[in-house]
Amino acid sequence: MTFLHLNKLRGLVLPAALLLLWWLAVDRQWSTSPILVSPVAVWDRAVLQVSSGELWAALSASLWRDAQGFVIGTLAGLLFGSLLGGSRWFEKLLGPSFHTLKQISLFAWIPLLSVWFGLGDSAKIAFIAMAAFFPVVLNTFEGFRSVPRELIEVARVFAFTPLQLWRRVVLPAAAPSIFTGIHLSLIYTWLATLGAEYLLVSGKGIGNTLIDGREHFWMDLVLFGVLVIGAVGYALNHALSLIEKRLLAWRQKTIAQY
Amino acid sequence: MPAVLNLVLTATSPAPAAPLPELAQTHKLARKQPRAVGAVAWQGLRSWAADWLLAWSLAWVVPLLLLALWSVCSHYEWIALQVLPSPQQVWTTLVDLTRSGELLDNLQISAVRVLYGFGIGASVGLALGVGLGLSRSFNAYVFPLFKAISQVPVIGWLPLLMLLVGIDEALKFLLIAKAALVPVAVNTCQGIQGVANAHVEVAKVFRFTRWQLLSKVVFPAATAQIWNGLRYGFTHAWLALVVVELLASSEGIGFMIVYGRQLFQLDIVLAAVVVVGVLGYLIDKLLGAAESHLLRWRKPGL
Repeated sequence: MTFLHLNKLRGLVLPAALLLLWWLAVDRQWSTSPILVSPVAVWDRAVLQVSSGELWAALSASLWRDAQGFVIGTLAGLLFGSLLGGSRWFEKLLGPSFHTLKQISLFAWIPLLSVWFGLGDSAKIAFIAMAAFFPVVLNTFEGFRSVPRELIEVARVFAFTPLQLWRRVVLPAAAPSIFTGIHLSLIYTWLATLGAEYLLVSGKGIGNTLIDGREHFWMDLVLFGVLVIGAVGYALNHALSLIEKRLLAWRQKTIAQY
Repeated sequence: MPAVLNLVLTATSPAPAAPLPELAQTHKLARKQPRAVGAVAWQGLRSWAADWLLAWSLAWVVPLLLLALWSVCSHYEWIALQVLPSPQQVWTTLVDLTRSGELLDNLQISAVRVLYGFGIGASVGLALGVGLGLSRSFNAYVFPLFKAISQVPVIGWLPLLMLLVGIDEALKFLLIAKAALVPVAVNTCQGIQGVANAHVEVAKVFRFTRWQLLSKVVFPAATAQIWNGLRYGFTHAWLALVVVELLASSEGIGFMIVYGRQLFQLDIVLAAVVVVGVLGYLIDKLLGAAESHLLRWRKPGL
């Protein structure tokens, strides 16, 4: 037990060393640049941001935006992906266009979206939804396409109705891949939320906080913002992993049976 | 039955049981078989070509419809031309930008950035991934910090790095390198750790040296995933390039997009977006071709 504990502590060595180095650099005044702020200043800023409610205002605005875009994009992606995976004709008609369109680097859309949707929240949400759309479509499509043929044949032998086939065979077989898509889309939407807030500067949001800090050369605010972004990304990722584990628990059971 | 049809039927179907001597019949069949096989192959080829042509033409239906809609839309100015310029205008702009060399200059700058950034990021990522995958203690010391850093997306680091290193080329290299580094390192590490234990055990039975074990067993087995990481890394690098050029640059293909937007010349924006898309497409195809070449030794499974 203690050994395990020590093992875990090894991961803290490097961060602690970096922190010490940082603290030393400030304490010994190795540089007089205003961007060299002490860890204490970052802590003070954090306390201020939390107690004044500014952090919560910015973060909730960002998260709400993220959630809206995520839901819209994921639902649209699920629909489009299942059509693409379920119908050969649909795939032949729209597949190539989709695969070409996805090659356009995501952020290149922002300037266009800003013209079409204005600088307000709708442009940001449209962009976030786009970020969610592509990975969900790709993975849903893959999921439906990789349903083993044997399973479908067995279902045919048992004379499953289309609904049964869909519910009992296709959906369970495609579920892991679909989840991968949703997971990716969550990561991408968080990235896109920040990008949208940087590039469509208006309103509140954690991205705006960072931009603010940079413009005023408030290194402490920027560092705090980076920490918050990392923490939120981690939390989202972790939450989704837990949900995924729960929903796909039946798969692990079947493996354990062998 | 008309004689012609009869002839066609006998040419494609096996000979009907005719009252012929046995020898003559087999002889006749033996002579007929190649023609039949040829006909089947020809038919297969024809249906394959027809399928391909059908798929190809179906693929163009939607884009062409959209293009038609777009031109009609801009012709009657249903949407203001400032908001949606006509396809002809975008095309002329694209040709103009190419002729004047502006496009190529910007592309060259972007290409250099991506190549340098990706080169740095991928090499560091490979080294890091190999270290993380092979050494348990290195993993224990470094992985938590690595994970913490990779939790913050490239775009989160941008303001911080802008304060630290300014908005020169160094910023672009650093960000693009970071974008490429994470997937390369993660996939390399997983690829190495995922090598089947059985293979390593066989190598141990054969008393492979450590170097032999690495070069003959571990790396070949991990190649597919390492390559996957490189591919992801390149995609991320390309994404990061566009972001950083949109936010902090005065040249490059991403800057052309912002510049067009600022002047409200959407034809420049659209032309640049088309170029970004075409390049992404070509790079993807190129990497795909390289992949099948690199992994050609892998026989398809059953």
